[in-house]
Amino acid sequence: MTIARRDLLKGAGAIVASFALRPALAAAALPTDMLKQPALDGWVRIDPPGTVTIFTGKVELGQGILTALSQIAADGMGVDFARIAIIGGDTSQTPNEGQTSGSQSVEYGGEALRDATAEARALLIATAAAARGVPPERLIVEDGTIRDPATGWSTTYWQVAGTGLLHRDAVGTTLPAPARRSIGQSVPRLDIPSKVRGGASYVQDMRLPGMLHGRVVRPPSYGAILVGFDETAVRALPGVLAVVHNGSFLGLVAEREEQAIAARNALVVGAQWTQTPTLPDPAKLHDALRAMTKLVLTISDKGGDMPAPTGQRFEAEYSRPYIAHASIGPSCAVAHLDGGTLRVWSHTQGVFPLRQNLATLLGLPEDRIVVAHRQGSGCYGHNGADDVAGDAALLARALPGRPIRVQWMRDDEFAWEPFGAAMVTKASATLDAGRIVDWHYEIWSPPHSTRPGEGGGNSLIAGWAMDPPQPPGVPKPIPQPNGSGDRNGIPLYAFARQKVVFNHITDMPVRVSALRTLGATTNVFAIECFIDELALAAGADPVAFRLAHLQDERAIAVIEAAAKLGHWQAGAKGGNGTGRGFAFAQYKNLMAYVAVVVDLAVDRETGGIRVRKVSAAVDAGETINPDGLRNQIEGGIIQAISWSTKEQVRFDRTRILSRDWSGYPILAFPEVPAVEITVIDRPGDRALGVGEAACGPTAAAVANALYHATRVRLRDMPLAPANILAAWI
Amino acid sequence: MTRSFELSVNGKTHQVEVEPQTPLLYVLRNDLALNGAKFGCGLGQCGACTVNLDGAAVRSCITPVAVATGRRITTIEQDGSPTLAALQDAFVAEQAMQCGYCINGMIMVAKAFIDGGGTASDETIRDALALNLCRCGAHNRIVRAVLRAAGHRSGT
Amino acid sequence: MKAALPILLIAAVAGLAFAAIAWHPSIAPVAVAEPNEALVKQGAALAAIGDCAVCHTSPGGADYAGGRKLATPFGALYSSNITPDPETGIGGWSLAAFTRAMRQGVDRAGHNLYPALPYDHFTRITDADLAALYAFLMAGQPVRATKPSNELPFPLTWRPLLAGWNLLFLDDRRYQPDPGHDASWNRGAYLVEGLGHCGACHTPRNSFGAATAGKALIGGEAEGWSAPPLAGAPWTEASLYAYLRTGLDTHHGAAAGPMAPVVWNLGRAPDGDVRAMAAYLASMTGPAGQPPAADNAVMADSPGAAIFAGACSSCHGAAAPMTANGAPSLALSSTLQASDPGNLIHVVLGGIRPEHYRAGPQMPAFGAILRDDQLVELATYLRAHFAPDQPAWTGLPDVLHRVRTEGNAS
Repeated sequence: MTIARRDLLKGAGAIVASFALRPALAAAALPTDMLKQPALDGWVRIDPPGTVTIFTGKVELGQGILTALSQIAADGMGVDFARIAIIGGDTSQTPNEGQTSGSQSVEYGGEALRDATAEARALLIATAAAARGVPPERLIVEDGTIRDPATGWSTTYWQVAGTGLLHRDAVGTTLPAPARRSIGQSVPRLDIPSKVRGGASYVQDMRLPGMLHGRVVRPPSYGAILVGFDETAVRALPGVLAVVHNGSFLGLVAEREEQAIAARNALVVGAQWTQTPTLPDPAKLHDALRAMTKLVLTISDKGGDMPAPTGQRFEAEYSRPYIAHASIGPSCAVAHLDGGTLRVWSHTQGVFPLRQNLATLLGLPEDRIVVAHRQGSGCYGHNGADDVAGDAALLARALPGRPIRVQWMRDDEFAWEPFGAAMVTKASATLDAGRIVDWHYEIWSPPHSTRPGEGGGNSLIAGWAMDPPQPPGVPKPIPQPNGSGDRNGIPLYAFARQKVVFNHITDMPVRVSALRTLGATTNVFAIECFIDELALAAGADPVAFRLAHLQDERAIAVIEAAAKLGHWQAGAKGGNGTGRGFAFAQYKNLMAYVAVVVDLAVDRETGGIRVRKVSAAVDAGETINPDGLRNQIEGGIIQAISWSTKEQVRFDRTRILSRDWSGYPILAFPEVPAVEITVIDRPGDRALGVGEAACGPTAAAVANALYHATRVRLRDMPLAPANILAAWI
Repeated sequence: MTRSFELSVNGKTHQVEVEPQTPLLYVLRNDLALNGAKFGCGLGQCGACTVNLDGAAVRSCITPVAVATGRRITTIEQDGSPTLAALQDAFVAEQAMQCGYCINGMIMVAKAFIDGGGTASDETIRDALALNLCRCGAHNRIVRAVLRAAGHRSGT
Repeated sequence: MKAALPILLIAAVAGLAFAAIAWHPSIAPVAVAEPNEALVKQGAALAAIGDCAVCHTSPGGADYAGGRKLATPFGALYSSNITPDPETGIGGWSLAAFTRAMRQGVDRAGHNLYPALPYDHFTRITDADLAALYAFLMAGQPVRATKPSNELPFPLTWRPLLAGWNLLFLDDRRYQPDPGHDASWNRGAYLVEGLGHCGACHTPRNSFGAATAGKALIGGEAEGWSAPPLAGAPWTEASLYAYLRTGLDTHHGAAAGPMAPVVWNLGRAPDGDVRAMAAYLASMTGPAGQPPAADNAVMADSPGAAIFAGACSSCHGAAAPMTANGAPSLALSSTLQASDPGNLIHVVLGGIRPEHYRAGPQMPAFGAILRDDQLVELATYLRAHFAPDQPAWTGLPDVLHRVRTEGNAS
């Protein structure tokens, strides 16, 4: 169903009239996401008899964003939450807001909707006022009804909104924030009821007439070349309708899903490949990373002209391995070459960048491709969602007119998703009279984003295998303060003398891309562990030591709140396997603040860490949906415990070895701690995203608690039982 | 070779023509249009595909149709189960998910646990769900939802 | 009367002699000493080989606090609390008391212990190693926990009877190195025959529950699972090491049931010790042999084949991720080659869990998926298809019934 905004009537008279009806809108900055698409009707549509439809370029990843944005829109419009319908991420209908990532959706997507709804509302009021012949200031809005309290006269948005009223560019608004009726409430999420009843909630649940089932046969390793396969035998298998072979890209389509799987299995067994060892020696990964081709960037350098510091110098290296998104539902897409248009349904985080990449993959013009978002399972960044859309498009092209559903198998997802980059870091500092007087931090990291549209080249792995191949590009560093491997590499602490160097590695023997927090978790892990080590050397309490080096008031407040919630006591004794740790960060040094206290026990027999409790304090500016915020913070805490204590992608010189859950265990129910959260709500402040803010502090606090419990200081994630036992007396 | 199988699903009888080794998961989803059970791994490792077979929680991705015929299959789409209704209401009330993809498995394991007479506590529920994977970190909410539903069922 | 006198005298003398061996003095309690870190660490390594925590920890209970139920042919026993709690554990035990328990099966108060504690093996342990084990246990977390009462019929509840058991079956001697073998073999023998107590499961028991003489390590049973023979079994030293160290050998399969916790612990023990155990065991095992490949024609259209294809092949089939990582065909599985189908039934019903949700061999449980008749079909197919030169299993329904009613070892 395509809605072309151009189809809305552009009554010139309406525009002229509208022009005169804009008293309250002063010129102000347009929100970032509206700069290239300022037309108001691209964001808001008044739908009789009583709905307001909102268009956003952001997509639902399971983080509750469509609900939160609907809350913002509801208050912006002055209507009940129930009147809002929201459409996210569709190249034929919604604005282009890039990727839903970086914890930016509530901030930037929300900012755009605040403005769009404020301007729309003002226009509706002005139109009603003009028709009534009264000044607009006399009118109030209640759930879409415009009323004049002095006379009792009223009308509604739906009566007032002639066609074309909103077909005008936004100019930015300085109107005060609307009354908070939805914002700040824990409005229940829109998508949950369907999900507990088996509703068709996910792209995996799509069922189109005549739909067929596709599977791909991925190479056994990066760079493997397809030498041969028995096409005749595969085509003869029950239900097989097409075999798509291009270079080393091999896919198939069958009538029924189990037939597609059986045919895929036959090819997995029967196809012949030549393989080349292209991967680093896993036993020497740190050395390999440091030796790779890199751009060296100094991202912070201050106090270098000061005299060299005196005091005691400390140094430590920290690292993390490649980790997997490991989405519960392997990636899936549906594609349909329908007449001249390729329609693709995908759980991609960015429908517009994906469309652009599909265009180059297939050699089609972008305006012949429609990409519409449908939910997938949690992605936590760039997983296989875009790639499977590419697979589906290629298979759909082979069978025009038939929708093709391609479901990646579990090992497709594990072996071919782009991982979170392995990183090594080195921290050094000088302590003088109990204070840090000099700070030096260096990072080595492969890229953290190879998404469609980034780095030039082709992101979709189907293209890598084709003949001629469409290889990936080489991503450039992302500037601070967002950063990539250097995200959160600059400490928030006030050091007079500091230098931070980022080695942006451009070699990617292991496929990498954006995974929740990018480099921030590793950097916060390193910084916050190192701060603890320095505090110990200074004989200081970890919390007091942090406070002594901070000037940011909100940081101080969140640290004190966490310490209070967790009953932090300076000098509390740990040992015999029981301990607690503290850590803090402000995500990207400009988003949400999180501080955590972690309580854990370490099993003497096995060295296994059991986190018992996490107490967290959060400052995310204005809270849109308190329950949604808590859900995201708690999710980030639990995932970070899983990353830091259990996760590591295994590989040998040739192939990825972690191919199912037995090779990549994650935190299980009995291992999940109790979590308590206190939120510092700042109504009226900028609302900051919280999807990623808790991860780095949690990972660091776990390592700090491990030390408190055992006097074992491990600096390499995962904090594995064998390593703990080996070092623990 | 396909064969005809009679399947009792949520109290209704269905006739399907499939190969006997076909996992029940695909028959439920593709032949009977029941979206609840999800493909998570196809290996019996994650639990997203869980349904109930004769009242017990089983992983439908490793349950061939041939062993499910003549037995009582129930899914999250079942009507008329007070336990299931209590769980669904509880999961909504507790907003007990993020992406929600694992939730079918959580609910169907919990249903079998409660209907099987299990005593619900934080510990026993975590144990019952120990082999169900959740990647988003909604575990504590899920446990609270199951406790809530179990309490509702036992009238406490 | 006169004829009765010698009988009475003999009885009296026998009674006195019995009392003499059955009575043990109480050893005075002592306070827990400060731990010697090095000795504690050494003791931890030994405890990993001895698997003390496995029997002395109940599911969900604190480490070493006892209370684990052990099913024996004589009834159920519950393991003791061996944390250093002074009242409910061994907190007041001196090294001498600990040594006496480990070598003669007598507790601090002088009571006999049931040989479910395999002191007939532990008696081989050296003084130095016992001192290290003692130091390790005494450095642990004291936990107050009283175990449930044993469930044994009278007269087995009369502990002095065990003095007689010791007289008949306890060879109270330390391990003597064999000069005909190297240090590694002797270390392995010392560990296998002593601390490792492999024979406690892998040697058949007589009607008194003692190791059957002359049948060391030819196979036994534990908690309803069969413990396969080690003597003469087709295992190479490399396979033994891999299995003991990682829980998986590509020529035999994965550790399951009661053996799983053993390999979890051996995975943490000193590597040299595990190699030594493998070396010793390899000296009694037979040639590796290679079972024939699976017979693809056999029973290809059977119900069992369809069950295998739908329930098992996603992991055990040629296209599985596990197979891509080197997991072998089931044709190499020891469990399918064994004459007793019990272990296969156990594994299919209960699956395999790795330790504490870690990486490692795992398998889902099919106990609720397969009805009994379906499981019999599957087992029949597996045996015929993957062990084509072995005779068919008989009595599968009975084995299945036994395993289902006895329950699986966790």
